[in-house]
Order: sequence, then C-alpha cells, then structure tokens
Amino acid sequence: MDALALSRLQFAVTIMFHFIFVPLTLGLSMLVAWMETRYVRTGDASWLKATKFWGKLFLINFALGVVTGITMEFQFGMNWAEYSRYVGDVFGAPLAIEATMAFFLESVFLGVWIFGWNKLSKRVHALVIWLAAVATNLSALWIILANGWMQHPVGYHLANRRAEMTDFGALVTNPAGLLAFGHQIAAGFAVAGFFILGISSWHLLRSREPAFFARSFRLGAVVALVASILVAVIGDSQGVEVAKTQPSKFAAMESLWESGERVSMNLFQWPDADNDRNHFEAGRIPGLVSILAFHDPDARVTGLRDMAENERPPVWPTFLSFRLMVGIGMLMILVSALALWFSRGKTDPAKARWLLSLLVWALPLPYLAIQLGWVVAEIGRQPWIVYGVLKTSEAVSRNVSAGQVWFSLGGFILVYGVLGAVDIWLLFKYARKGPDDDLSKIVNVTGRS
Amino acid sequence: MEATALQTVWFAIWALLWTVYFSLDGFVLGSGLMSGILARNDTERRQVINAVGPVWDGNEVWLLTAGGSTFAAFPLAYSLLFSNLYTAFFLLLVALIFRGVSFEFRGKVDNPGWKRLWDRVIVVSSFLPALLFGVAFGNIFEGLKMRNDFSTDVFTFQGGFLGLLNPYALLAGLLFLVLFAVHGSLYLSVKTDGELSKRAASVAGALWWVLLGLAAAFLAATWFATGLASNYRTAPALFVLPALAVAALVSQKLFLSRGAPGRAFAASLATVATLVASCLAGLFPYLLPSSLDKASGLSIMNSSSSPYTLTIMTVVACLFVPVIVAYKIWVYRTFRAPVTVAEVGEGRHPY
Repeated sequence: MDALALSRLQFAVTIMFHFIFVPLTLGLSMLVAWMETRYVRTGDASWLKATKFWGKLFLINFALGVVTGITMEFQFGMNWAEYSRYVGDVFGAPLAIEATMAFFLESVFLGVWIFGWNKLSKRVHALVIWLAAVATNLSALWIILANGWMQHPVGYHLANRRAEMTDFGALVTNPAGLLAFGHQIAAGFAVAGFFILGISSWHLLRSREPAFFARSFRLGAVVALVASILVAVIGDSQGVEVAKTQPSKFAAMESLWESGERVSMNLFQWPDADNDRNHFEAGRIPGLVSILAFHDPDARVTGLRDMAENERPPVWPTFLSFRLMVGIGMLMILVSALALWFSRGKTDPAKARWLLSLLVWALPLPYLAIQLGWVVAEIGRQPWIVYGVLKTSEAVSRNVSAGQVWFSLGGFILVYGVLGAVDIWLLFKYARKGPDDDLSKIVNVTGRS
Repeated sequence: MEATALQTVWFAIWALLWTVYFSLDGFVLGSGLMSGILARNDTERRQVINAVGPVWDGNEVWLLTAGGSTFAAFPLAYSLLFSNLYTAFFLLLVALIFRGVSFEFRGKVDNPGWKRLWDRVIVVSSFLPALLFGVAFGNIFEGLKMRNDFSTDVFTFQGGFLGLLNPYALLAGLLFLVLFAVHGSLYLSVKTDGELSKRAASVAGALWWVLLGLAAAFLAATWFATGLASNYRTAPALFVLPALAVAALVSQKLFLSRGAPGRAFAASLATVATLVASCLAGLFPYLLPSSLDKASGLSIMNSSSSPYTLTIMTVVACLFVPVIVAYKIWVYRTFRAPVTVAEVGEGRHPY
C-alpha cells in the first residue's frame, strides 16, 4: 500500500475509534445533568445516586473520547498536508473556534465537576455539568460544520491557488452541516437511551436494585424512542439535501444506475459496479426513490451511469451501509417503543424478561448505526475530500513516506486496541457493579445550597 | 513583502497560545514525570493525581487551541510543521493519549499491580512530551532542512526523524525536561502537604542548579547556532524578555531558600513564559524557518490565511479568550487548597 491508501486507512481507524466514545458523551452528558438537576430540585437522594452511577460510566467513556480527539486535529496536518494547505483558510476556522468556544468549556468544567463535589454548592455543581454538557454538544456543532463544508462547500472562492473563505455566515448556516449536526445529536441521545436501557435491563433481569433501575429504564425508554424518531425525521431531510448537493452519493446510496423520473426503490438488490447495473432487483416500490430524493414521486433522479466514472464513489459500501443504517434505525424505533410500552403505568418491565434480554442485546445497535451513517457520509463523498473541489488523492502529504505511515498506523492500532479493550472492560465492570449506596464517602451529601 | 497588521497580530496570538500552553501544561507534565521520584507511596501518588486532576485537561486544551489556530491562521505552516515532523508528532500523540487515560484508569481497579502499571505510564507519558516538545521547538528555532517554492507550491523536506535529534535540539529537549521538572516539583510543593510537599521543594532546589546550567548553555547555543539573535540585534529592546527570564529563574531559588514555595512557583511560571516568549520573539516573522535557505522559511507573510479569515479569527479570539481566562482563574481559585494526606486518607478526593 502507498502512503495515500495507508493514510486513508489510518484516518478511518482513528476516526471510527474516536467515534465509539463520542456519541455517548453527547447524549449522556445531558442526561446526567438532568439527573443532577432533579436531585437539586427535589432533594431526592436516589437522583444523586443515579447521577453518580451514570456519571461514573460517562467519565470512563469520556476518558478515551477526549484523548483520541487530539489525534484527529493533528492528523490533518500530519497526513493531509495538501488538504490543510489548500482549504485551511476555510476549514481551519471552525476547528479553532471549536477549541476556543467549546472544548475549553467542556474540559475545564468537567474537571470542576469531577473534583468539585465537596467544594461547590449543589446548585453551582449542577450548573457546572450543564456547562460541560452544552459545551460537548457545541463542540460537535463546530466539528460537523467543518465536515459539512467538505460535504457541501459554501462561502468560499478559489484564489491564490487555494480555497479562501468569503462568507463565514454561509459556513455556519450550511444546511449540510446543520442537518448532520441535528442527526448526530439525536443519535447521541439514542445511544445514551439504549445504553441506559441495556444496563438497566441487565440489572432488572437479576432483580438488583429494581426500584433504581426501573426509574432509569423509563428515562432511557423515553429518550431512546424520541431520539430514534428524531434521527429518522432529520435523516429524511438530509436525504433531500444529499440528492440536491451530492447526486453521486445519493445514487450510490440507492445503487441507482439509470437516470429517470418516478424512480422506484427495490427492497432487495445488489450492486454490480463492474457492469454499471444491479445483479438482481426485487420488491419494487414505485416512486419511492424519487420521494426520498425530492419528496416528490415524479421527480427526476440522476443515476450513476450519467456520472463520470472517476467521480463515482465506491457503490457497494455506500449502498450497504446506508441500507443497514436505515434498517437498524427502524429496529431502534420499534424496540424503544416496546420498552416504553412496557414501562408505562403499572406494567412492570421486569416481568417481560424476553424484552429485557432483547434490550441488553440492543445496546450496540445505535453505535453500529452511527458508524454506518458516517461510512455513508465519508465513503459516499469519494473520490472527493471536498465535494467537487479537491480529490482525496490530491490531498495527502507529499513529504510523508509509506514507511512512516505504516509505523504510525501500526502504533495507533496497537495503542487504541489496548486502551479500547481496557476502557470497555472498565465500563462493563462498573456497569455490572451497580450504583454505590454509600454516597457519604464520595460526596458531601448535604452540600451547601 | 511586508507583514500586514493582521498577520503580525496573529503571530502575537500564536506566540501567546504556545507560551500559555507551556506555562500551564508544563507543571502538569512536570508533576507527572517527577511523581516517579517524589511520590513514595499510594497516598502520595494520589496526592499528585488529585493535585493536577481538576486542571490537566483544561491546560491541555491550550495545545489544541495553539494547533487549531495555527491551522486557521497559518495553514501552510500547520501543514508543513505537522507533516515534516510526522514521527515526532505521532510519538507525542501517543504519549498525550496515555497520560490522559492513566489519570482516569489508575484508581478504577483496586490492585497494586494495576496501580503500579499506571504510575509508570504517568511517568513515561509525561516525560516524553516534555522532551519531544523541547526537541521539536529546538528544531523550529534552528530551522528545518526544507526547500520550499511558494510560487509553484513545491515543498520538499530533506530531514528525517533521526535528523531531528541533533545536539542543539537535544539540548532544547533537556532544557524543557528540567524546566518542567522544576516547574512541576514547585507546583506539587504548593499543592500538597506533608512529606511530599517538603520533598518536592528540596528536589526542586537541587534540580534548579541543573536548570541554571542548561538554561545558560541553551541561551548561548541559541545565540550562536540559530537565527534567533538577529531580531535582538535590530531591536535591542527585546533583551528585556530574556533578562526577565533570568531574573525569574534566579528568584525561584531565592524564594525557595526563604521557604516560600508559592512565590517560587509563580517565579517558575514567569520563567517558562518569558523563556518561551524570548525564543518566539527571536523567531518573528518566521513560524518555521528553513536551515537551507532563508527564502524557503515559512513566515507570517507567505503562510497566512486571507485577511477575511484572519479578521473572523481575531473577533473570535477577542470574544472568547478573555472569557476562558476568567473562568480558568475561577477554577484555580476554587481548587487553591492543597491536597492533604488527611483528605486523601478519608477518600475525599475522586482519585
């Protein structure tokens, strides 16, 4: 493999690993903040117990999310020097703003939250976790706006042999970025909802702390269902946006070869990229692709055959990832609706043991859907690194050899593998251990208010 | 080509961000690398972790801000700095990753072997960045072996990772290492109590002599082996910076001998800040000079973003940096009390 292929692989490995930990941080930070607020408002110590239990899991997860983020910032310069040089005038700004506006707030106040239990009043301590949680999500906004510009470049012109920003307002109101941000935040809450549901179910199956986990269960079910529905609704708008601004990605997502009006969807098909067609097609739903693309059953959609071969993305990974993501998304709505149904009123979720087992196994579903979603977004954008502006092959560092990238890629796989295994093991350990009853040891329960 | 006012302002912001980063993460890295020598038992090791715990992550963000603003304001310098020093930055990343997780992981399993493992990780992963940052900045001060043609965008680098380990850069690496070791020891002497605090102060006092020797050697070598002196020849007023650095360094020892570690730590902050500022003032207007020919150097004139982007970033910096400084001061005040043996024994600290 050459330095280009290795750099792409390294970026994929490091970003996908980073993104195992980030989505839970987005949603769970807000939920922990909400739990602590309930505690401050009601004085009910069981909310404090919930804050400490889910907060501890949040922190173990956060530890790896935060340190692997530095790799992402450095890697643009290390492996993608030509990209950085060519688009830094536009792309660098949201990254720098993310650090100044959001990342400082998040890191500083999370430190205060962890160490401030005995030093701050109850109200200020709860305010501190809200600041950190909002900052975490604000951080995602700037990163996804930066990515949105790669998907759909706006507010720039080409001058001095590079892209230069001309309209910062266009960059921050870029629909490609804002929709992806909404989709991601909702997905972050879905991860948090299923995380709470899965762990609560595991304990309910064993009748451990049933009152505590039944309450968490209900919170998780509400969050998971609302978030899963929002993910789908926003995702639908994103589909229209992609059809408009990135037709090659849209065609690959549907494995659509032939342009036409009133394009139908095939429930079952498999792309045959060598021959510009599908191997087989079955289960036609007339007009559905046109509806998804433009919310109009008669709309014209461009197929891959009408696009230059060197400007088409790899079809099967884009197509398959998209289908799987949508399928998992639907399953998430169904499963979380069931969970909410069984947790309502007098119905005891603990009696539906099959559902509890299902929910334990459903915990990884939103994680998987998020990874697949970003595979669609990133592989579907190829061969471009900035859609229509710069190709990935032209963006790689010219002064970095394949040997250097072999070394770093091997290093990252080894280090991330070990640390990821340790972190996930710790998450399991503390999730299984359940909430700590002796709160006096870790927190001044009375607090100063 | 003359530098514009915006480009000059961004050089100042860029220099300020690195200066603040080294001043703040310097004592966290120093505390970590010195914990191997200073902390003798589990309680003392926990004192160290809880002393840096509330602030380490917020301090590290100055690095991300320095990196991010290099990207936004000087994209060409960002791209060639990180790609030409590829392996050095990779090692730095690995070390910073290990350092961050080790604070969180260490206390999560109640097993002496597990704790010993992460104690070692803390020492090594604090040692490496201190050394590597010194080596990297040593190389920046000397200039990289690069030939750049800005009219055709052809940028070649003739150095390699091993070439970075030249005598001057190693001297800079050693200086950073000892500078941060003293800085961290002084921080620990202020922020802990008992034996650990006393030991940290006395080790800082002993290491100070090594620091003095290294600083003298570094200043002399920088004068003769790098191009940093030329700004000082044309603008002698700059000498106030290294003069302040020397004064701050000397006052560290004076405060220590009078038994005032708090003031000694403040002097140490000033030493790190003015030393870094002295070097960066000599670097101006370059961000990354070339050792092969002057015209290949990356300066604020040939590497900067457009005036539009620089204006946006100036507004962002003016809006947010004062806010960051304000809440960081609040945090340091909130956690100003030392981490005591008694508190750690009662389990009143999270790690």
